[in-house]
Order: sequence, then structure tokens, then C-alpha cells
Amino acid sequence: MIRRLLPAAVLAACLAPSAGAEVGGDPDRGQELYVYCSGCHQVGRGAENGIGPHLNNIFDRGAAALDGFRYSDDLQRAARNGLIWDYDNLDAYIENPQILVSGTRMSFDGFEDQQDRDDVIAYLRRYSADPSNIPEAAPTARALDHGVAPEVLAIVGDPAYGEFLASECTSCHQASGTDSGIPSITNWPVDTFVIAMHAYKNGRRTHQVMNMMAGRLSDEEIAALAAYFATIE
Amino acid sequence: MPLNRRAFIGTAAAAGAALAAPMVRAQGRPRVVVVGGGAGGATVARYLARDSEGAVEVTLVEPSRSYYTCFFSNLYIGGFREIDSLAHSYGTLASDYGINVIHDWAVGVDRDARTVTLAGGAVLPYDRLVLSPGIDFVDGAVPGWDVSAQNAMPHAYKGGSQTELLKAQIEAMPEGGTFAMVAPPNPFRCPPGPYERISMVAHLLSRINPTAKILVADPKENFSKQGLFEEGWERHYAGMITRIGPDFGGADVEVNPAEMTVTIDGVVENVDVCNVIPAMKAGRIADIAGVTEGNWAPVNAFDLSSRIDETIHVLGDSAAQGDMPKSGFAANSQAKVCSNAILGALTGSTVFPARFTNTCWSLISTDDGVKVGAAYEATEEKIASTDSFISQTGESDDLRAATYRESIGWYDGITTDMFG
Ligand SMILES: Cc1cc2nc3c(=O)[nH]c(=O)nc-3n(C[C@H](O)[C@H](O)[C@H](O)COP(=O)(O)OP(=O)(O)OC[C@H]3O[C@@H](n4cnc5c(N)ncnc54)[C@H](O)[C@@H]3O)c2cc1C
Ligand code: HEC
Ligand code: HEC
Repeated sequence: MIRRLLPAAVLAACLAPSAGAEVGGDPDRGQELYVYCSGCHQVGRGAENGIGPHLNNIFDRGAAALDGFRYSDDLQRAARNGLIWDYDNLDAYIENPQILVSGTRMSFDGFEDQQDRDDVIAYLRRYSADPSNIPEAAPTARALDHGVAPEVLAIVGDPAYGEFLASECTSCHQASGTDSGIPSITNWPVDTFVIAMHAYKNGRRTHQVMNMMAGRLSDEEIAALAAYFATIE
Repeated sequence: MPLNRRAFIGTAAAAGAALAAPMVRAQGRPRVVVVGGGAGGATVARYLARDSEGAVEVTLVEPSRSYYTCFFSNLYIGGFREIDSLAHSYGTLASDYGINVIHDWAVGVDRDARTVTLAGGAVLPYDRLVLSPGIDFVDGAVPGWDVSAQNAMPHAYKGGSQTELLKAQIEAMPEGGTFAMVAPPNPFRCPPGPYERISMVAHLLSRINPTAKILVADPKENFSKQGLFEEGWERHYAGMITRIGPDFGGADVEVNPAEMTVTIDGVVENVDVCNVIPAMKAGRIADIAGVTEGNWAPVNAFDLSSRIDETIHVLGDSAAQGDMPKSGFAANSQAKVCSNAILGALTGSTVFPARFTNTCWSLISTDDGVKVGAAYEATEEKIASTDSFISQTGESDDLRAATYRESIGWYDGITTDMFG
């Protein structure tokens, strides 16, 4: 890797743990707030349905999916239309159940405060699948926009950054340009490379792996990668 | 090295020392010792040597001369790979990257003196130590089984001879015989691994012994890609596979290697082959180094440094890092972040924000490949998942075949990324 020295202050700035993601809410505070739900919903080991359905494994569960609980017609209709309990839908439902389901039987005023909702959702997340065991499980954190600090942006055109980013790609795309099942991406014209990456990023090209890979790259990062891959023989 | 690199080493090391006061010890180059030449260890050694361009002395300690990957070992059982295609040597790491490769076991770590002792007696000083020793098994995890029973009842969960033994036993099964698997509890290496193995055993048996049966005792309620595997088993191997989950006693298992029996929930079954995959823990050297808490070694997400000793980094299966599964892809991904951070500390080079990914492919039957993957970022608390995807049930045959081809490309990609 080509190393370039930065002034001490800048170095400190980019060495400081960069907030690449935030773990949303505080589950311990969420546990306290859960008293607003616990009268109707059990969660945790041995939880059973009560006035409301139990909330174990609620993440990624389809709405109204538990056998043995009588859901409202409206929630069942929403389920047929594809309502899945991901972070955003849980957030909306807890803010005000009627946002998603007008005739829901959940009579709950809602949490107005975003922090309260984040915390209670973080608490519920504990009782859904753990991604280290079930990799496809719902994420536990939100990626922040790679709001890269200006000092770091200055080094983005640096091939060293491109090379670091490229180390994520070379687990699949061989640096030698060999294609044994995954296409070669070396020595492309920079523009073609950038256009392809943006097409994965904005979903015009669909491929699960590449949509995820490109989706987390900023424009500058794509440019750095294009520059880097254009240079290797 | 194809890239035309500018050499900043001299100035970088010197100025780096003045800047952030990193630990360039005494005289000579800073020394990194890497224990374990697998997915994590080989990758970190290669990236450290490549990116420091000789400014750091890299030593890799690994007992085997050939590393047999666990990844794709199930495909060998299914008949899709030759065993030799899974073997990789350390020759290029030594010759082209200048890594000092020592074939020996690390048996001791003195954290105060910062030295590693090898079985052969050598004592290696380090400025940074990287441990990537993979897994060991928890003693007594499956009543009746211990490592001395691994020839009668193989685990085949470390690469090489165990995998060959298991395949030979399956091929020697009597017509209509029973293959049993005792599946491991969470967390274990390669979450879809046991279920890909079941698929590949079924594939092999459906060709050579189609009336044979497969019995899986599983302590877990759910497992990764469950819907995809169950769909595939129904489609390709209907009636052959029975999985007994915890509700029916799958967690209450005892084996008898001498009698070749498995007792599930009190019911004794005679079996012909028994693949016992016990509960796992960090490779023993992590315990010896004193960097484990419970079964695993807790690490910081930003640089994979141990939470117990910042001069030791733990990668791959042995690390308790948060949301990443224990996989070769994950170990390889962590190794690159770790290398960047170590070079920053030792030479003052730029440290970029940590980022991680993982993708695990599984083969269910001929040209029927599926995948699961996720993206991760570092937080104070852990490596946290921020996005994920998984193949869908009911996908077209074309897409499944393309997914399988990708997995072959990935195998070549990651092994090149590890061994050069
Ligand atoms: C059947 C199966 C299928 C799999 N399929 C996949 C897959 O498709 N994709 C995927 O990404 N992952 C897969 N994996 C998981 C993958 O193999 C592991 O997660 C990965 O190898 C972990 O890397 P590691 O560096 O932690 O350990 P390893 O790769 O196991 O390397 C550890 C090395 O350390 C050495 N060692 C141990 N102790 C010492 C010591 N004291 N001194 C010196 N050396 C030591 C060992 O000899 C070994 O070579 C699979 C695993 C199995 C069992
Ligand atoms: C007064 C009782 C009550 C309270 C309080 C309540 N709920 Fe509910 N909840 C219900 C009922 C009843 C349903 C089923 C709604 C329907 O069928 O329309 C439900 C449904 C849900 C669902 C959808 C479950 C599914 O299987 O589709 C979620 C998620 C949920 N509640 C979360 C919460 C959370 C979080 C809180 C606290 C912040 C909360 N609820 C408070 C009664 C309640
Ligand atoms: C997990 C494996 C994997 C990783 C990691 C990965 N890719 Fe890909 N990439 C693929 C596959 C598979 C395809 C083919 C996708 C398709 O058919 O659209 C692809 C396609 C591409 C293409 C288009 C190729 C063409 O011929 O149209 C580009 C450009 C690309 N990747 C760049 C990258 C970059 C840059 C990175 C790192 C940031 C990366 N990839 C990381 C697997 C991967």
C-alpha cells in the first residue's frame, strides 16, 4: 500500500473510530419502556400470546403470521399485501399503529419520540435471530451515510484508499484479472467502471451481492476504486 | 507486485514514530508474529507483507505444510471437487512476499516479554501478535464422544484427513444403511456448513446407495438458509433426510463409538456412519495466551485487537467480535482491516475506516447453489450488521446455476487472496 503521511491532527481525526454505523437504540432503556407493551405482549423465553401476540422473532416475521392468534381483518389484509416487520415498519407501527393498519386491534397511543421507539426496538431485537448464527437475520445497526470527514475526503482520490477499499473486492474478483466464475474488473476504462457501479448502487442492475457492495459506497469511493482497478495489470 | 509503488517506507516509519509515537521497538524492523495459516492468518500475513513492502518483519507459524480448506470440503464429499484441489501451500507467501513461514505449533505466549514459544523450542519476539487458530472442540459436549473417538465418529470440521475419512465411511455404508449427524449448538464455524454437508451426503448417497437414510439430531430450533435447504431436500432427496430438532429431543443426544449407536431422547439407533460435530470454542492457543473470556476471545471492532491485551489481535473463528458469522470469508475480511490497523500503529501509515463483508455459498445439488451475505461496520460495542441478503426459494434453475458458478469464482478469488 502506498502510505502518505498526514499532519498529526488529520491523522488523529481519521484514526478516531469513525462512526460508520450506529447501533440505534439502547436496549436497557428499551426494557424499561417495554412496560407500555408488556400488558399485552409477552417476549422472551416461553412467551405466549396474550391480548396481543408474543413478539419473539418479530424481526422479519410477516405481519399476522402466528397460528393461534386471532388478528384483526385489517392486519391480515396488510399481511396479504406483503407487510413484513422490518425496522422501518416496526418504527411506524409503534409511532402510531394506524399509520400502517387503519383498523388494527392494537389500541395503543404510540410513542411520539424517535429515541423511545429506537430503544424499544433495540430491546425487541434481542429476541430475534442473532446475525452471527443466522447471517441473513435482520441487521442490528443502521449504516450511516459515509459522511466522510473533509480531511479524509482529501485522500479519497488517493490510490491507497482505493487499494484498501479494493481489498474487499478481491475476495471475489481476482486482482490478476482471472475469471473463473466472477467477472474480471481490472483494466476497465474508469467511466465504464463507474457507470457499472452506479447501476448496482441505484438498482438498475440487479445482483444481490453487488447491490449490497455498491450500495454502501459513496461516489468518491467508487471513483477511488475505479482509479485503482484501472491501474493494475 | 504489479502495482508500481512509491516507496515511502523510510520516511513513513521515522516520521510515524515522531507523530503518533507508535512502538517501533529497539533496533530493526517492527515484528509481527501470526499464529495459524488459515483464512485469517494467511490473509493478514500476506497483506502485512505486501503493504509494508518489507518495513515490517512478518513471521507465520503454522504446523501443516498444506492447508486444506474446510470451505468446499462438502463439495468433495458430494463428488464435485477432488481433495487435491482443496490443498494450498505456503510457498508463494515465503518466496514472493518474504514472509518467514515456520512449520511448527505455537505452545506458549508470554505477554509481558512479548514472546511466542514454539513446540520445537524456538522463542519468537513480537511487537504485535495475531492469533487466527480457528476452532477447537468443547470437551464433553457430546456424551460418549471425545477427540480419541474421531476415527470411529469423525467430525470432519477441520480440513484434510477427517474429510477424506468421512467420505470413505459413507462410500462403505451397507445398502440402505443410516448416516447420522450430531449437529452443533450455536455459535459454530460456518452456520450453513452442517446443512450443506447433509445436502452433499444425500447427493452422494442418492447415486451410490439410494435407499440409505440420513438422520440429523440438532439442538437448534432454526438454522441459516433453513427454508432454502428444506426446499432443496424435498426437491432433490425426498424421503431421505430426517431432522430431529430440540422439540423432539435433538438436544438430548449420546453416542457410543464402539457400538456405533446414537441415542436421541432415550431412543437407541444403530447407525453405519456417525458425523459428530461437537460444540466449539476458540483454538487452544487463545486460551493459553489468556485472551479468552468463556469460549471465545473478545475483540474491538475497529482493529480486531483483543479487549484483554491490545498488542494481540484475534481473527476469524476464535474471535468474539459481534454480528459476523464464523466463516472463511469473514476471517479474510477481518484480516484486511487488522492489517491496515497494525501497519498504522507500527509504521504510521494511514488507517482507513473499518468495513467488513461476508458471503457464504452452499451447494444443495448439481447446479443448485444458494447464498447468504451481509455487510458490517465497526461500532464501539461490536462489529454490527447493517445490511443482508439471501437467495429466495423458488428461484429459476438458471439463477441457481449462476450462483454455483460464482461460488467457484469466489473459491479461486479468496484462496488467491490468502496465499498469493
Ligand atoms: C464443512 C465446512 C464448510 C465450510 N464452508 C465455508 C464456506 O463455504 N465459506 C466460508 O466462508 N467458510 C466456510 N467454512 C468456515 C471456514 O473454514 C472457517 O470459518 C475459516 O477457516 C476460519 O478461519 P480461521 O483463520 O479462523 O481458522 P482456520 O482457517 O481453521 O485456520 C487456523 C489455522 O491455525 C492453525 N493452528 C491452530 N492452532 C495453532 C497453533 N497453536 N500454532 C500454530 N498454528 C495453529 C491450524 O493448523 C490452521 O491451519 C466452512 C467450514 C467447514 C467446517
Ligand atoms: C392494549 C394492548 C396493546 C398494547 C399496549 C400494545 N399492543 Fe401491540 N398489539 C396488540 C394487538 C391486539 C395486536 C394485534 C393487532 C391486530 O390484529 O390488528 C398487536 C400487534 C402488534 C404487532 C404485530 C404483531 C404481528 O404478529 O403481526 C407488533 C409488532 C406490536 N403489536 C408491537 C407492540 C409494541 C412494541 C408495543 C409497545 C410499544 C405494543 N405493541 C403495545 C395489542 C397491544
Ligand atoms: C462476494 C463476491 C463479490 C464481491 C465481494 C464483489 N463482487 Fe463485484 N461482482 C460479483 C459477481 C458475482 C458479479 C457478476 C454480477 C452480475 O452478473 O451482474 C460482479 C460484478 C461486478 C462488476 C460488473 C462486471 C461486469 O462484467 O459487468 C463490477 C464493476 C464489480 N463487480 C465491481 C466490484 C467492486 C468494485 C467490488 C468491491 C467494492 C466488488 N465488485 C465486490 C461478486 C462480487
